Amino acid sequence: MSVTVRIPTQLRTLTGGTGEVEVEGATVREVLEALDARHPGLGERLFDEDGKLRRFVNVFLADEDVRFLDGLDTPVAPGQSLSVVPAVAGG
Amino acid sequence: MSFVTGLRCRECGRPYPAEALHVCDFCFGPLEVAYDYEQLAARLTRERIAAGPRTIWRYRDLLPVDDAAPVDLGAGFTPLVRADRLAAELGLGELWIKDDTANPTGSFKDRVVSVALTKARQLGFKVAACASTGNLANSVAAHAARAGMASVVLIPEDLEEAKVTMTAVYGGTVVAVSGSYDDVNRLCAELTSEHPSWAFVNVNVRTYYAEGSKTLAFEVAEQLGWRAPDHVVVPIASGSQLTKVAKGFTELAEVGLIEPAAPRISGAQAAGCAPVATAFLTGADAVAPVKPRTIAKSLSIGNPADGWYALEAIRRSGGSCAAVTDEEILEGISLLARTEGIFAETAGGVTIATLAKLAASGQVRSDEVVVALVTGHGLKTVEALSGSVGPAVTIAPSLSAFDAAVGELSGEGQP
Repeated sequence: MSVTVRIPTQLRTLTGGTGEVEVEGATVREVLEALDARHPGLGERLFDEDGKLRRFVNVFLADEDVRFLDGLDTPVAPGQSLSVVPAVAGG
Repeated sequence: MSFVTGLRCRECGRPYPAEALHVCDFCFGPLEVAYDYEQLAARLTRERIAAGPRTIWRYRDLLPVDDAAPVDLGAGFTPLVRADRLAAELGLGELWIKDDTANPTGSFKDRVVSVALTKARQLGFKVAACASTGNLANSVAAHAARAGMASVVLIPEDLEEAKVTMTAVYGGTVVAVSGSYDDVNRLCAELTSEHPSWAFVNVNVRTYYAEGSKTLAFEVAEQLGWRAPDHVVVPIASGSQLTKVAKGFTELAEVGLIEPAAPRISGAQAAGCAPVATAFLTGADAVAPVKPRTIAKSLSIGNPADGWYALEAIRRSGGSCAAVTDEEILEGISLLARTEGIFAETAGGVTIATLAKLAASGQVRSDEVVVALVTGHGLKTVEALSGSVGPAVTIAPSLSAFDAAVGELSGEGQP
């Protein structure tokens, strides 16, 4: 079973307009790399030159910010959903 | 006329048109409104501003939306109060309180919402929405009612009762979410993608919304006789207000309304939610998110969107940043009320307690002209004070009972 990744509007030009993509992966990093393999170009939008998440990219696993978990190394179970959300909101 | 030239990513500089956009498509960086400052410098005068309404709209040339009839309940031009008694308590000299409790719905949020919904209406949005810690909810619901727009307001379920009532009364849809503000915020960021026809004021209209906070700087400078103070103390939730206050003073100098000035900007946070203060004190170059736990619910943003920029503005200006405990927040509320007759909500308690702390450590100095921003009314968070203030005594309705009880209490003999 695969992992569902929710894609924000800003990245849907790269996913052919779709807001949800199913990919395989055992960690957050693997899931996002699989996403980039499926939709080339997504990776450079999510990661900086050092391979870290960009400052304004938030990733949530089952509604929890992965920075409160193990970041990109957080294990992902099949059937879970991952959300990519721009950080610039709120207040 | 409008002096807006477009939007620009703060991170990578990519240009965008002045539409309903809030983050850079490429790097997710926040978009900023760009103005034609040369034109502004040529056109804008103190007299032109003074001839305007006694609201934020007197500064319309420096705001991102031009509309002859803005969505307006009268936000802004709130009192700047000289606070000599508070200054004496804190060992400071010239101290002023910017009393934003006097806004139509009791907080500075009326400034940003009036700007956001005026722009939203112009862009064709029919629904006003937001994620809120309470004050924004009050303001969005009220301004939407004023504009004849529908509203959908999302709040954490544990909000103060007054803030819920003060939102629901305006007849919009109030949705309480089981979770923290950061959960609500994330949900709204996702909803924005699913409901592109809704104006989430602090998400997809945030670029315009945030500009409203510049009016705090504009008013302070005008009310001081067109000069910048030396030091401003600003509470930090998302960090947007502090960033925009700094921008406001820079812009005034840039268009020639004040002498070039770089006031020190200091940030105030609650110890139970201090991601920016922690980064400042540890010298970190990133703001690590936290799980908030404080009575200052209006500042309970554990993952502040503009935290990094607030930190940068504080450091660049030579300001400071500190965090205060819940106990100190309550003392701050009482101190301001007792010395100056201004009743602030918990966020105001954070500002005053932080001001006291920075004054005690010499980081706010007695030779500086200091302005502290008190951004929300105490009636919104009365339960924070329950048990700590109340009647001095309860008596029978007789003169003898009064004399017996109050004669002693007053301590000054006959009134």
